[in-house]
Amino acid sequence: MNIQIRKFYYGDIPEDAGGSGSSAQQPVTNGTAWPLWEVFIRSKQGLDHKHAGSLHAADAAMAIENARDVYTRRQEGVSIWVVESKYIHASNPDEAESFYEPAADKVYRHPSFYDLPDEVKHM
Amino acid sequence: MPLADLEKIFQDKIDAEVKIEPKDWMPEAYRKTNVRQISQHAHSEIIGMLPEGNWISRAPSLKRKAILIAKVQDEAGHGLYLYSAAETLGTSREQMIDDLLTGKAKYSSIFNYPTLTWADMGAVGWLVDGAAILNQVMLCRTSYGPYARAMVRICKEESFHQRQGFETLLVLSKGTDEQKAMCQDAINRWWWPSLMMFGPKDSESVNSDMSIKWKIKRKTNDELRQQFVDMIAEQVKLLGMTLPDPNLKWNAARNHYDFGEINWEEFWNVVKGNGPCNRKRMEARRKAHEEGAWVREAAMAYAEKKKTREGRKVA
Amino acid sequence: MHFQFITLNNHLQYILFLADSTLILSQRNSEWCAHGPILEQDIAITNISLDLLGQARNFYQHAANLLNQSNANGETVSEDSLAYLRNEREFKNLLITELPNGDWAQTILRQFFFSVYQHLLYSRLLKSEDKQIAAIAEKSLKEITYHIKWSREWVVRLGDGTEESNRRIKAALDYLWMYTGEFFIPATFEESDPSSLREQWLETIKEVFEEATLELPAGGFMQQGGKTGNHTEYLGYILAEMQTLQRTYPGAEW
Repeated sequence: MNIQIRKFYYGDIPEDAGGSGSSAQQPVTNGTAWPLWEVFIRSKQGLDHKHAGSLHAADAAMAIENARDVYTRRQEGVSIWVVESKYIHASNPDEAESFYEPAADKVYRHPSFYDLPDEVKHM
Repeated sequence: MPLADLEKIFQDKIDAEVKIEPKDWMPEAYRKTNVRQISQHAHSEIIGMLPEGNWISRAPSLKRKAILIAKVQDEAGHGLYLYSAAETLGTSREQMIDDLLTGKAKYSSIFNYPTLTWADMGAVGWLVDGAAILNQVMLCRTSYGPYARAMVRICKEESFHQRQGFETLLVLSKGTDEQKAMCQDAINRWWWPSLMMFGPKDSESVNSDMSIKWKIKRKTNDELRQQFVDMIAEQVKLLGMTLPDPNLKWNAARNHYDFGEINWEEFWNVVKGNGPCNRKRMEARRKAHEEGAWVREAAMAYAEKKKTREGRKVA
Repeated sequence: MHFQFITLNNHLQYILFLADSTLILSQRNSEWCAHGPILEQDIAITNISLDLLGQARNFYQHAANLLNQSNANGETVSEDSLAYLRNEREFKNLLITELPNGDWAQTILRQFFFSVYQHLLYSRLLKSEDKQIAAIAEKSLKEITYHIKWSREWVVRLGDGTEESNRRIKAALDYLWMYTGEFFIPATFEESDPSSLREQWLETIKEVFEEATLELPAGGFMQQGGKTGNHTEYLGYILAEMQTLQRTYPGAEW
């Protein structure tokens, strides 16, 4: 596929459209990048931890502290979980049909499937 | 599955407003466009810390200092969310930062203008963040899931930025004559660059626009720019200030404000690196990155040592 | 406003000492904002800067209230006039807070030294007869507890990290050590003698240094003067920068 994106937006200047502040230099990466972590935050007692985002940290203690500084600056959380991203296993989107669609016709799993007379309360 | 089928499934999802998630199949160009756009957006947040950071040490009251520090810090957070979103597409943050520091990747040109007076803190908040927010609100509905989620979080946090900018100017506009002049001067200097933030005119772009088709973007440059002009032209009245454009006039037939021609030569000059602060901004980021290298290295070395030691204890 | 003509009693001087030390360290730490070694840590050090600024504001506001109560007919004092219109000789911050940031190691080590001291001091302030000071101390201690955790982990990381980080934090130690004595040298305005905090402070430092494979220096000469307004040359520049707008446009509201 050969698609040309020609429309420019804020923050979307094409790479061939000119230089930058300094002339191109050698990359400065030295291969000591910190691993990526996924962050889960419990927003208040009684609720589940929910995926909040990710960040980089050298170790787990630092990841929790970074998560505290990055994701709970506005009191968004009371508890933090972190897990190194490489340990997350995910289902395969190619298998979505066989995974999830078979549940679609099992309507009898839902309470609304059952018609009861109005006189039956609290059920 | 043949490529054409995959592409059709992909486009059907987009058309049905189903978000694309990291592991879904996507055209290579969609991936590349997103990486480029999200990382440019992230770079813009990070470079954008510099012009405002320039006034942290000189903020005129302790309250203003706290607000400004919190705001610049938010921008670091926003850059971080965006880098994370881009990383889900298979490009590491290190790589993106390399691209920025070697001049391969771009960032928003607006941050190549200097912040000369305290009033610039107000003007940047009101005009620059104001322009950015229009773009960002639209991006909350962008088709790539992680990008959209990052934008939702950013918009939530960003809402205080524009308000505090306007309020900073409001106080100046009610202050001494010197403060009023400072306020008008900042508006004069930031008005045109903030209009340029929306990019070249729609008529300048010739080809079919995949960004719109893929719903990465949902409005054109000119649409967003017009929306911005209409908004600011009204708000500036509340400050008792003016915008530096003699052609700015309400057009009842269009139901929009008409406005003058942008100096596109200046725009391209700044994009090409000739803005007042391009060099300074890049040098600051490069310095921070280079001087941080030994810190990042030390933390990694320690983490590995510790892991080894703990492993030995268990064994 | 000419503060030099207002006689400040010991109590007010003490509150200003607490305020000035936290403000100046906040000002120094905020220099890292947008220049940190990695985004996550940029945000972290900026958070500490904001905490310290919040503490400073609480103390200045308290001092301003007390001054306004005792000086009902005079000019009104505010947190900002106290922070922005006092000069180098009037500032009572500890010398260590005004030293340049240096590299990450120097900034971290200073923060660690200061936070451990601050924790001991503020724990004592909980029993202050001035209820407002006690309340500010209580609120601040939660922040300080985190600052200690954060900075001590970094001290260990740098001490026991790479050869370079070890060399750098040793250099920082060499530079900073002579400014730690001032924590414990009592000034006339201090509520209680801080010299008795020294032992516990050393204890904590020693414990962390062991983990960081660093050696505790043996005594040595100690600088002092911050508490009495005899500063390093750095403070003048900090204030010149910080106070520029208030000084250039007297009486303006911002």
